[in-house]
Amino acid sequence: MKAGDRLPPLEIPVTRTLIVAGAIASRDYQDVHHDPELARRKGSPDIFMNILTTNGLVGRYITDHFGPRAELRRVAIRLGAPNHPGDTMVLTGSVEEVDGDMVTVRVTGANGIGKHVTGTVTVRIPA
Amino acid sequence: MSGEPEVHEEFEARLKAYEGLPAAATGVGRDLVNEPMIRHWCEAMGDTSPAYTGPDAIAPPTMLQAWTMAGLTRRPERTAAYDELLTLLDESGHDAVVATDCEQEYLRPLRPGDRITFDSVIESVSGRKTTKLGTGYFVTTRTDVRAGGEPAGTHRFRILKYAPAHRPSRPVERRPRPVVNRDNAGFWEGVARHELLIQRCVACRTLRFPWLPGCNGCGSPDWDTVAASGEGTVYSYVVMHHPPFPAFEPPYAVGLIELAEGVRIVSNVIGVPYDEVRIGMPVRLEFRRYDEELELPVFQGVGP
Repeated sequence: MKAGDRLPPLEIPVTRTLIVAGAIASRDYQDVHHDPELARRKGSPDIFMNILTTNGLVGRYITDHFGPRAELRRVAIRLGAPNHPGDTMVLTGSVEEVDGDMVTVRVTGANGIGKHVTGTVTVRIPA
Repeated sequence: MSGEPEVHEEFEARLKAYEGLPAAATGVGRDLVNEPMIRHWCEAMGDTSPAYTGPDAIAPPTMLQAWTMAGLTRRPERTAAYDELLTLLDESGHDAVVATDCEQEYLRPLRPGDRITFDSVIESVSGRKTTKLGTGYFVTTRTDVRAGGEPAGTHRFRILKYAPAHRPSRPVERRPRPVVNRDNAGFWEGVARHELLIQRCVACRTLRFPWLPGCNGCGSPDWDTVAASGEGTVYSYVVMHHPPFPAFEPPYAVGLIELAEGVRIVSNVIGVPYDEVRIGMPVRLEFRRYDEELELPVFQGVGP
């Protein structure tokens, strides 16, 4: 493995169920993550995925690829275009740096309206 | 907020004063790290990694923040300082919130049974920023998470508190106009003078409302009027949630008000949250102007 290597993409169908299940599993009861009417009143066209779910999906993308022995050390993400129901998010990643058993991966999650998430993940891959 | 730059500077200075203050002091995780919450998380994320099941299971590291969440009914464990900062932003119109950044470092895995405690500090408050969502301020907090008293991770979180640029527009439609005809014109003339007029049969003295051409009791077409005292009680009510009508914003309470004189009128109950209107509640007549040509009798809830 070396810098520049690409990870295979992971497609996440952004269903209403995923958004609500992710919000509840992360103990996030903000109405914009489950109530379309209240989300609209706050200027959003529909409910949208919470950041904790995005964080969980980014973590899953990395450990799915590197396997269960891989240890997440750092996940830093920034959100852009929201994930609304009916969209699809495609996670892609490329290895930015390999330092001994530590690997840093640059991750992007793009949906139909733009980049939902950009970030970097540092993961330890035990020899 | 005003558009004056010096006003923004003064406001920004007030916000900046919160930097470095604690946002949460020794918060305690609502639940110990536990297998059911881990399983629910993995189900939602579609995460089938064997690292999160079995006797040596760890929690997915990205759950770090989830263990610190207040949940549905408990108030978040915030300091008065952080509450004040958020209130300051809310009250200046920056009442919408969206999380923009999350940076987590994991120092050791969390396992079922771990007891989570955390401290949080207001790391920074940005200057005024204009974004696609609206204009607002970024607030960054840093949380140190411990498990069984030992450092387990750090969690830096940034939110944007903003005034939405695209608030759904208020209904511009006006309320429907009353149909005024020869039989009820007297009623609307009374409303214009802030009088709620009840018809009275000249022959048998029976009061009637709404206005009709003749007496239901004796059939006499002759009538005069009595001005309602304005006192009444809620005889019955419904709360309208759906469907929405132009110029009406659900939910709202529609009351059947029994006037002190004995007749009943359908009207809005105002000044009381829609879900606190009750049968028997005393109300008092008021006239509310809805637009330049429409004024209506409504009923204000009266405290006990």
